Amino acid sequence: MDHNSSHRLKRRGLKVLHLVGLFLAMLVICLPGLWIVLSSLRPTVEIMAKPPVWIPRDISLDAYRAMFGGAGQGGIPVWEYFRNSLIISITSTIIALIIGMAGGYAFARFKFKGKSGVFLGFMLTRAVPGIALSLPLFMIFARVGVIDTHFAMILIYVALNVPFTIWLIDGFFRQVPKDLAEAAQIDGCTRWQAFWQVEFPLAGPGIASAGIFAFLTSWNEYALASQITRSVNSKTLPVGLLDYTSEFTIDWRGMCALAVVMIIPALTLTFIIQKHLVSGLTFGAVKG
Amino acid sequence: MAPVTLKKLVKSYGNVDVVHGIDLEVKDREFIALVGPSGCGKSTTLRMIAGLEDISGGVVEIGGRPVNDLPPRARNISMVFQSYALYPHMTVRENMGFSLKIGKVAQSEIDTRVNEAAAILDLDKYMDRRPSQLSGGQRQRVAMGRAIVRKPDVFLFDEPLSNLDAKLRTQVRTEIKRLHARVQATMIYVTHDQVEAMTLSDRIVIMRDGHIEQVGTPEEVFKRPATRFVAGFIGSPPMNLNEATIADGKLVFAGGQTLPLPIEFRSRVSAGDRVIFGLRPDDMYPTGHGLNSGEATDVHEMELPVSITEPLGNETLLFVTMAEREWVSRMLNPRPMDAGEVVRFSFDLSQAHLFSPETGKTLRS
Repeated sequence: MDHNSSHRLKRRGLKVLHLVGLFLAMLVICLPGLWIVLSSLRPTVEIMAKPPVWIPRDISLDAYRAMFGGAGQGGIPVWEYFRNSLIISITSTIIALIIGMAGGYAFARFKFKGKSGVFLGFMLTRAVPGIALSLPLFMIFARVGVIDTHFAMILIYVALNVPFTIWLIDGFFRQVPKDLAEAAQIDGCTRWQAFWQVEFPLAGPGIASAGIFAFLTSWNEYALASQITRSVNSKTLPVGLLDYTSEFTIDWRGMCALAVVMIIPALTLTFIIQKHLVSGLTFGAVKG
Repeated sequence: MAPVTLKKLVKSYGNVDVVHGIDLEVKDREFIALVGPSGCGKSTTLRMIAGLEDISGGVVEIGGRPVNDLPPRARNISMVFQSYALYPHMTVRENMGFSLKIGKVAQSEIDTRVNEAAAILDLDKYMDRRPSQLSGGQRQRVAMGRAIVRKPDVFLFDEPLSNLDAKLRTQVRTEIKRLHARVQATMIYVTHDQVEAMTLSDRIVIMRDGHIEQVGTPEEVFKRPATRFVAGFIGSPPMNLNEATIADGKLVFAGGQTLPLPIEFRSRVSAGDRVIFGLRPDDMYPTGHGLNSGEATDVHEMELPVSITEPLGNETLLFVTMAEREWVSRMLNPRPMDAGEVVRFSFDLSQAHLFSPETGKTLRS
């Protein structure tokens, strides 16, 4: 056997190893998701079986039927929860993005007193665990009388997301060369026009990813929502999961079904937006 | 139509002045180059003219009216940036037409003007590409096209060639010169490259540390530098500059070597004065290998050993040690020469310069 063929064999062997490694990694990442989907489709006996039943024998959509079947048939007010989640997540994301864009732009482009201090302050707010604030928030909101309202949850999520969106969007505006905005101003733009015509489109992918992060944070948040929301007025989907637990039993199948219902919109949104996250859009603006 | 006047223009950041009250008049349709080492304030000055930088003091006038408080868009200028600053999310066509679109010009008019500029710059084939799909030279042309399309009163260039390789730079330099002849607008061009400044401009402004050292035509700043700095900055290889003391109508250098005092300066210095003597490499040549300019009325000869030679084909640069310094000499019609060879040099003192060591100013009237 000559050198060439032995090297070829070696290369093939490495490629197989590479694929096996990737497969294992993907398995670890995907299996929990797959398990949730599977569990939502099979009877409790199978879910609880030890050793686990890998191949489901009895698949049914009963859990979904029951869930949307409304109260009385073991269902929960899923449409209301869904609506609450959407209203709260989308509104808070939009507000967080608007503030994040204004703040991020200011941090990226302007010099002002105490800039780094304020910036650090934003980061420090992230160091406080949200749950530590739940009791004071509850008390204040109760006094003000906004417990169990969309407004309260939107306010909380905006506060939670704004430091992060500012930080992320600042980074993306920094990547847009200053020359471009100046060129636009010379080309006849006001500063406002230069922002919308040139800097915003170029930072767009970054702003979109900040939006995804903010949306997912609000969509998935449980700890604070479980304190502030009380009823179908404002309960979000993660809090709704708790409806499946009662004093003595937990309806695992129903819970998994609701989890799937929660995951699908988040996944869809991320998928739609990530297509627009074309990186390297700014390449070629400057230099050769 | 659009002369540009700077009156006592000052720029300061906090307590630090970077431009110290400069005065300059750029005539209509003139091509003027601001040149100087980095940090001399030339780019800042240009940005103040553009309106991208606040003016700390003084006045900028374009077309006879002060524009200090006008935003860039109201000054009717175009600027070509060092980085080109093309909009990456737009095609070449959109980039070039952007200013007109913002100015709400009719689409048909935009098309005509963009196509016209594209034809001038030979960009027709690339109109639907994005900047990322262009080479450095093409991007440079798009940046110029974007400037032309506006039909501005004043073109501003901020080191537009420094990102190009040497060959392309020469090519685009010629294009810029042709462009100026064609569009007939006032052009202000910032560069740190004295060759660009010399080849392109009608007049050169040499700046240093926020001051103007000299304003003049390329010939003036080359032949009659006003200061020692200009003498050393303009010309390549740079002028030989060396300190000397006047004694008995002679220049005495460190190490005791002497040259006769140039005739032009005899009445301007007296014995005991210290001066800076300057002589270009072109005016110090191996006898018989110099320029026959016909002006050589004051030639002095001296034998010196050559330490290093740099042959360039049509000429050879000779490095000789004189007065404890290295001097450069330009030898035309070169013959092969070895290091260490002792050569008879002609010093054309009619072309010599004397500067005051204290002020750096020329001692010529």
